[in-house]
Amino acid sequence: MNMAESKNMRRRLVLVGNGMAGVKTLEELMKIAPDTYDITVFGAEPHANYNRILLSPVLAGEMTLSDIMLNDEAWYAGHGIHLHLGKRIVRIDRRAKRVIADDGTVADYDRLLLATGSNPFMLPVPGAALGGVISYRDIADTEAMIAASSTGGHAIVIGGGLLGLEAANGLRLRGMDVTVVHLMPWLMERQLDRTASGMLQRSLEERGLAFALEAQTQEIVGRDGRVAAIRLKRSDGSIDELPADLVVMAVGIRPNTTLAESCGLHCNRGIVVNDTLQTFDPAVYAVGECVSHRGASYGLVAPLFEMAKVCANHLAQYGIGRYQGSVTSTKLKVTGIDLFSGGDFSGGEGTEEIVLQDAMGGIYKKLVIRDERIIGSVLYGDTADGAWYFQLMRDRQSIAEIRDHLMFGQNHLGNTGHQGETRAASMADSAEVCGCNGVCKGAIVKAITEKGLFTLDDVRKHTKASSSCGSCTGLVEQILASTVGGAYQPADTTNKPMCGCTDLTHETVRAAIVERHLLSIPVVMRTLEWRTPNGCASCRPALNYYLLCAWPKEFTDDPQSRFINERAHANIQKDGTFSVVPRMFGGVTNSSELRRIADVVDKYRIPTVKVTGGQRIDLLGVKKADLPDVWRELDMPSGHAYAKALRTVKTCVGSEWCRFGVQDSTQMGIDLEKMLWKMYSPHKVKLAVSGCPRNCAESGIKDVGVIGVDSGWELYVAGNGGIKTEVAQFLCKVATREEVLEYTGAFLQLYREEARYLDRTVHYVQRVGMEHVKARVVVDAASRGDLYRRLLFALQDERDPWVEIAARTARPEFEVLPL
Amino acid sequence: MNVNASAGVATTSKWRSVCAVTDIPRLGARVLRTDDGDVAVFRAEDDTVFALADKCPHKGGPLSQGIVHGHKVACPLHNWSIGLEDGCAIAPDEGCTRSYPVRIEAGVVYLQL
Ligand code: SRM
Ligand SMILES: Cc1cc2nc3c(=O)[nH]c(=O)nc-3n(C[C@H](O)[C@H](O)[C@H](O)COP(=O)(O)OP(=O)(O)OC[C@H]3O[C@@H](n4cnc5c(N)ncnc54)[C@H](O)[C@@H]3O)c2cc1C
Ligand code: SF4
Ligand code: FES
Repeated sequence: MNMAESKNMRRRLVLVGNGMAGVKTLEELMKIAPDTYDITVFGAEPHANYNRILLSPVLAGEMTLSDIMLNDEAWYAGHGIHLHLGKRIVRIDRRAKRVIADDGTVADYDRLLLATGSNPFMLPVPGAALGGVISYRDIADTEAMIAASSTGGHAIVIGGGLLGLEAANGLRLRGMDVTVVHLMPWLMERQLDRTASGMLQRSLEERGLAFALEAQTQEIVGRDGRVAAIRLKRSDGSIDELPADLVVMAVGIRPNTTLAESCGLHCNRGIVVNDTLQTFDPAVYAVGECVSHRGASYGLVAPLFEMAKVCANHLAQYGIGRYQGSVTSTKLKVTGIDLFSGGDFSGGEGTEEIVLQDAMGGIYKKLVIRDERIIGSVLYGDTADGAWYFQLMRDRQSIAEIRDHLMFGQNHLGNTGHQGETRAASMADSAEVCGCNGVCKGAIVKAITEKGLFTLDDVRKHTKASSSCGSCTGLVEQILASTVGGAYQPADTTNKPMCGCTDLTHETVRAAIVERHLLSIPVVMRTLEWRTPNGCASCRPALNYYLLCAWPKEFTDDPQSRFINERAHANIQKDGTFSVVPRMFGGVTNSSELRRIADVVDKYRIPTVKVTGGQRIDLLGVKKADLPDVWRELDMPSGHAYAKALRTVKTCVGSEWCRFGVQDSTQMGIDLEKMLWKMYSPHKVKLAVSGCPRNCAESGIKDVGVIGVDSGWELYVAGNGGIKTEVAQFLCKVATREEVLEYTGAFLQLYREEARYLDRTVHYVQRVGMEHVKARVVVDAASRGDLYRRLLFALQDERDPWVEIAARTARPEFEVLPL
Repeated sequence: MNVNASAGVATTSKWRSVCAVTDIPRLGARVLRTDDGDVAVFRAEDDTVFALADKCPHKGGPLSQGIVHGHKVACPLHNWSIGLEDGCAIAPDEGCTRSYPVRIEAGVVYLQL
């Protein structure tokens, strides 16, 4: 056995390059396997890890250097990492597994991680080495620009890409006269089409920037060793000379492979790595801008962070997870300018474009579509839906069904809780973004910059914004995107792991439960190699449901994996008491039920009695210990108002009384509710039945809505009346009561089997598409029959938890321990 | 026998027997009513027992009603994670609730109250 691998000596990991990708990999490694390695870090810069992308706001004077530190020296010390700042590694001896720094420092490794970033490309023109000619890459460059701008004068920025424009904007704000020289006919040609680019150029001109387009830099003219002017060749062949006190070259970057090449690692315009971020030497990994993965190199943070996560996983020897390349998006970080682009927007064969242009309002939106899927988008002026389009693109979701309102964005579909505000850029810092937790825009921006946050999850954790009902998620995403630029990438929801305890998706876990006949939560966790001993509050309830749905008669429910409401069969209130909502099938009650309710309220001194929005009665403020007796004395079925289960079937009076009624909606509702009650589901399920198209039961915003017409019943599915108001979609029309039961049951069983835990039907159908649902429930009669039978099988002999618990003599879970 | 948390306990407090370990569900909790307010007594999967004031440092939610995972509990009201060993919220949330020393002898749980 190798010495280093013996028990009492930890393996050694050396990181070369103390930048964003390398240190992110260490952070990820700390999260999952903090004790695996003895870690040493070398960084050529004299600074600890900082947020390079925020150099632009520093240059613009909107932030200071101390604001942008991500991990200070104390962080390294706290994790026992040996940090060597200001030391450049000049040699790697792969045979001896050792790195050597420019000052002679030596470190041995078992695993080496290269994250050397990239070098700015310098145009090889005469005068490029003159004083006052700099690149824009690090703190030193930024400080040089700030120093140069203090005396005003002329600045030339060569390169009209993202970096060049951010440099130009910063220098202008610091009082210099700035001209951007660009070789191409329009700015940011790799991210923008001509129209959007023109709009951008106009608004930058309004801010005082000048542009020389289609101009080639021929020479930088010097005086006394410093830059004095720049000579350009215009597209018509004429030569121009512009005065210059400072020249910033921002014409592109090259992966920094010098070190890797010097030790014989295979490079091809980047250090070549496989899907596990391993180089051709199995002891050497590489992440960040310096790598070439499947022929691509990336210059934005989001893909680098994805690499970091996978790499950490392999360094930790978990051996799961592959990096499969990234789709990137771009956001220019110039305060006040709203611009977003992602994917392939150049169009071409087999693609079509949807364009919305409002020149007066300064708004331009273009979506490029191929085979009913978004493949690219460019947004200018209103980027509210950038993240949404990007998500649709990344998830490869079909847009066939939302095509007609796609351009109007997601908010068009209705969201509540933030005064109808949809554009983050125009909101004041004091405007409330999250109505649940009272978080305003300024607080979110502050947390993002001060705490170095990059993902929606980070923002949720630190600020609580968007962590409750989620209706402000779009706004928070926009704020995030405009603060960290292209570094923000919406999560890949197709391949999203269930939670931090596993890398597997909901779908993979469910498939394994079914295929391998897994019958308990501990067995699932052992078989699928959960990282935590007993999961977390997010995966346990999901697993409990998945097992219940897959093996209805074999699985034993695990109460400790259910949220308190489902464990106590009542809803917890803010003061720790509970509410009790007895079932009233179809919203119909009678005098003896009402009398019993009144008696229970008196006897147990229940403080509040309220008619709910779901056509029944809520008793609020019941003590936990009283619950079983309250249930017994009510002698009414459980209403499951506490559960991810069938809630209510709302009805209208219908043909029995109403002068317009054409169908007996009340009885239909009662029949549906009697069939479906006790049905657990991924999220709550609500139905409604109306007796005629006047639709007094609001069937249009229910998970399943039924509307009586003269010749039968119309069925609508996947509506929602909550956070995101969504009108239900037409499923089909049927003639008889039996068909209503069968089609409804089949649809709900499909939802139970395929939706992710906590997806309402609206989210589920949005993901799989109405065509899929119709194919399984309407077109294919055999499939419908099977689904329906599986549902009835699951529901058969299901017991009412209230009756069961109230009948027990011992109910310790409801009782308090005496002292 | 296992003993958790013992620092800074007033000399007047006494060890009291509370219940058997098996009276508490694994990955669950029981509530003990005291003059000082409710105390939540948790049992982790490894049978370690912990006791915390039954009040979340956020807005006073009853921690005894939360989901227990590892040596943590998720508060039932707004899902903060609270460490069972010290009663402190897991970062980035901040705040602590009181924790009580626990001793187990012959399967009986004793708390120092
Ligand atoms: C009692 C009631 C309000 C009332 O006083 O009328 C109510 C009360 C609560 N609702 Fe509701 N909702 C009530 C009708 C509704 C309705 C209207 C309806 O059902 O016709 C809606 C919109 C329709 C819909 O769901 O599509 C509604 C949308 C929500 C949502 C948002 C759901 C969504 O997917 O958008 C939540 C949050 C959640 O479930 O995650 C919620 C969550 C809650 C919770 C459970 C909050 C919680 O987690 O503790 C409240 C429990 C209070 C309690 O202890 O009883 N409640 N809630 C209504 C009970 C109806 C019933 O008889 O069961
Ligand atoms: C001004 C600016 C604005 C940007 N804006 C955005 C944006 O809005 N969105 C976005 O996603 N991305 C943006 N980027 C790009 C982003 O910053 C980079 O993609 C990211 O920092 C690359 O991370 P990395 O770890 O690969 O390289 P780096 O962060 O560059 O880290 C590499 C480190 O390795 C060190 N190093 C190199 N060789 C050696 C050696 N031999 N020995 C020791 N140390 C060595 C270097 O000094 C450097 O510190 C911006 C970049 C700049 C410069
Ligand atoms: S009852 Fe519903 S709308 Fe009212 S406060 Fe509670 S969750 Fe919000
Ligand atoms: S009261 Fe515990 S999380 Fe809010």
